[in-house]
Amino acid sequence: MEIDKNFSYTEALVACPECDLIHSVPKIREGEQGRCIRCGALLFVRHKNSLNRSLAFALTGLMFFILANMFPLLTFEMEGQAESNRLIDGAIAFWNAGYWELGIVVFISSVVAPLSVLLVLITLLLPMQFGRSPFSPQFQIRLLTHLKPWAMSEIFILGIFVAFVKLQDFADVSVGLSLFAFVLMVAATVMAYLTLDEGALWSRLKEIRA
Amino acid sequence: MTAPVTAKSIGAVSCHVCGLLVSNRYIAEHMADCPRCDAALHSRKVNSLNRTWALLIAAAILYIPANVYPVLTLISFGRSTTNTIMGGVIELAQSGQMVIAVIVFVASVFVPIFKIAALLFLVISVQSRLKVQQRKRALLYRFTEFIGRWSMIDIFMISILIGLVKLQALATVTAGPGAIAFAAVVIITMFAAMSFDPRLIWDDEGNDNDG
Repeated sequence: MEIDKNFSYTEALVACPECDLIHSVPKIREGEQGRCIRCGALLFVRHKNSLNRSLAFALTGLMFFILANMFPLLTFEMEGQAESNRLIDGAIAFWNAGYWELGIVVFISSVVAPLSVLLVLITLLLPMQFGRSPFSPQFQIRLLTHLKPWAMSEIFILGIFVAFVKLQDFADVSVGLSLFAFVLMVAATVMAYLTLDEGALWSRLKEIRA
Repeated sequence: MTAPVTAKSIGAVSCHVCGLLVSNRYIAEHMADCPRCDAALHSRKVNSLNRTWALLIAAAILYIPANVYPVLTLISFGRSTTNTIMGGVIELAQSGQMVIAVIVFVASVFVPIFKIAALLFLVISVQSRLKVQQRKRALLYRFTEFIGRWSMIDIFMISILIGLVKLQALATVTAGPGAIAFAAVVIITMFAAMSFDPRLIWDDEGNDNDG
């Protein structure tokens, strides 16, 4: 491969993030993806209407997130006494029991990070929708990259499921409205990620700034 | 075989956040961060192997209290049962919930051990300049990074139980100190996976000229 090494920075070439091999940016069609020829890492994706769709999913996710915080997740009943919990109660329970470290961890991974991911996506994509530059796209995109691994809503759902099964053994447990909203929020967030094409994001930002 | 062309071999750095390819000359001239996303630029993750080693050792040490101390105590009608991580799995299996028991076993017992072992293997294989099965090792790294977060299931489950089951004498669930150690193992191994640079698996493949 002939490579012009005389660039300051370039968007014509891309190094694989996992093995550093240089690839020239291919012409791929919408719905296709390109992988590294050496290590197989995903390098390029193109989605139809990427930024619009991602924004739509993020807004949907935010609505469900609000709903997920308004009603109980699970209700637990035993001998006529009942107790129900909301999304943030897990974090609060750890905090009150003296396990403040775990309270913070659970609060960040089940509430703060999932909400922040949605808010960052929305504040990034909504202004762009109206042809305006977000307040600091560089910072927002970096923030998104660093937040991603700590948003663990999908794992939280599995945790709820295991708790539900454990409780069923000795009491009546019922599923609350918020659990459905929470599941839908996770689905919307995953879709917002999957449809977001960062290449399209940067080139749209360039257009807006020009 | 011709040497593979990498960002390093053509004197450039790929931004670890946005992937923009920036030449070393530009970075030196402008003392620059990434011109597209402002992230700090470096060719390889800083101190990757040392950091990964340190975090792995910390995780392996904490793995012991995580499994020895109880994570959960249930008090119901004056009877109390205390569970460790493994005890919780066994109890689920005994009550006939095999599918859930397997899920929890994989997430809480298998994944942390697998993750520590896989990262140890990757770090050692890089340090001993092993040049075989690079694609498989790259895949192992990708898999390890992906599964790590799922061990948090148990922590979330405990947070829900202690928040929900607080009917005083009837039934109360409290957390145990093992939970802190266990959460620490999960988070520290996540940092260990993040600090390992998979590009080291491929470095020096056939080219010694770093110019």
